[in-house]
Amino acid sequence: MDIDIRPVRDGIKEASDGNAGRNESTARPNDRANQFRSAKNGAVSNGVNLARMHSQNVNFYYGKSRALSNVNMNIHENKVTAIIGPSGCGKSTFIRLLNRMNDLIANSRLDGKIFLDGKDINAPGVDVVDIRRRVGMVFQKPNPFPKTILENISYGLEINGRKDSGFIRHKVIESLEKAALWNEVKNRLNDNALGLSGGQQQRLCIARCLAVEPEVILFDEPCASLDPISTKKIEELILELKKEYTIVIVTHNMQQAARVSDYTAFMYLGQLVEFGQTEKVFTVPKQKQTEEYLSGKFG
Amino acid sequence: MRNDHIQKLGFALLFLCVIITVFFLGSIIYFIVVRGAPAISWEFLTEVPRRAMTQGGVAPAIVGTFYLTIGAVLFALPLGLACAIYLTEYSPKGAVVNIIRMSINNLAGVPSIVFGLFGLTVFVKFFGFGVSILSGSLTLAMLILPSIISASQEALIAVPHSLREASLAIGATHWQTIKRIVVPTALPGILTGVILGIGRAAGETAPILFTAATFYMRGYPDSVFSEVMALPYHIYALMTEGTKPDQQTVIAYGCSLLLVVLVLLISAIAIYIRQSRRKIYGH
Repeated sequence: MDIDIRPVRDGIKEASDGNAGRNESTARPNDRANQFRSAKNGAVSNGVNLARMHSQNVNFYYGKSRALSNVNMNIHENKVTAIIGPSGCGKSTFIRLLNRMNDLIANSRLDGKIFLDGKDINAPGVDVVDIRRRVGMVFQKPNPFPKTILENISYGLEINGRKDSGFIRHKVIESLEKAALWNEVKNRLNDNALGLSGGQQQRLCIARCLAVEPEVILFDEPCASLDPISTKKIEELILELKKEYTIVIVTHNMQQAARVSDYTAFMYLGQLVEFGQTEKVFTVPKQKQTEEYLSGKFG
Repeated sequence: MRNDHIQKLGFALLFLCVIITVFFLGSIIYFIVVRGAPAISWEFLTEVPRRAMTQGGVAPAIVGTFYLTIGAVLFALPLGLACAIYLTEYSPKGAVVNIIRMSINNLAGVPSIVFGLFGLTVFVKFFGFGVSILSGSLTLAMLILPSIISASQEALIAVPHSLREASLAIGATHWQTIKRIVVPTALPGILTGVILGIGRAAGETAPILFTAATFYMRGYPDSVFSEVMALPYHIYALMTEGTKPDQQTVIAYGCSLLLVVLVLLISAIAIYIRQSRRKIYGH
């Protein structure tokens, strides 16, 4: 399937810090990371894909049934990429491949490659724990641990070896502030997290994710179980977070995709039908299927 | 007959069954309390038996039951929990695990006297622990192991998958997830299983018959290799041996009452833990 993913420029200077010009083989890992970061918009330079993440000919199977067919997609730095499509189109399967959550599914098989900063995240020797720390995830149903609000956030720091209580305290506050939850919970950090409302729980899950300093955040239908007011808060939060993080969001809700995303991917029956800037996908879709889905003819 | 008559007859029959059941359960409690209460006194709870057990107390039997039960849990809990964790979290799903799981369930149905013989052969004779607290505890541990494994497995399986995913998604390893999220979340369920196991271990006679229990002791056990008195066996001995059946029967009822109260107390703790768990999860 051919999908037009042309480099998009939106005024940000590209590869101006000199690193991008270096030969790959002489670049140290940090330089390489900078090189990818500086190539803001996923430009393909000298045949190397410089998007923050990208998938290459990804096929995915649950047993014998094929859930994804030849998906090639770029996830651009500091942008929100929305994946839309009807139920069962493979959008959740795809997003879960980005932090290897599908590793847990028995009898599943991935064919194809997924790259983070140009490195294959499924290559032998890659630590899955490290991938999951760098690529955080927020799930459909808020899933705070049955612990206190404080412990929910400190857990991620502790398992990553941070024992210093001053640092943990600082990080907890910072994460809750970033997740726009601090003012609501600052006086009850030691209360059970399950006592929070659904929307607050979801923001706590976002804070929990932020605490371990991910680079990419995956949202798998984060508002599916929330009321409109909570949904609005999460959407505002996503727009705020994209300044610092690269974001992918799977959503059932087309309006949500239109409101929060910079890029939109439309998937149908396991295939990536269309990918492009959200504005263009929603106003002048190239594919007939996309247009039909967006106009509510099916889905 | 008209339908509403059949319905009334049905309800009447069901009600009768309930009455019969409640009658028997109630009369068990009634007889034990009525016959046992006169034997209970401070002396009964704190003194050693005297004059061929017709006088004095049953303190060594209480202590013995306590040691045996604690010992059984100390062996069975780590072993059972480890098995449950392996079976639910690590083992590949398949025929072998299903056979292991079935065997464990069948083990729960093995009569306790068979465990007693097993304990005699293996712990008393083969390992040479003799008739002792150690042998008795190990035998009781074998007895309660299946129920602890089953309860733990159920509790672990009941931990929502979303919590495991949440933990893994922030970079926890599988082991960290089990240790810090799954087991603590399952703990109330596991403890409920343990406490029911305690109740069972405290009340069983057959497994300790050949492995730990002795009829009569003047003092208290001084090591894990000592024989002990135990309440259930003490009741059995009082009713089958000795020369003064009249006096012994009263003491046997006293011991029964003690044992029932002990097991009820233990079950009450289990119920309390289950309730507080419901509170945490809000359902």
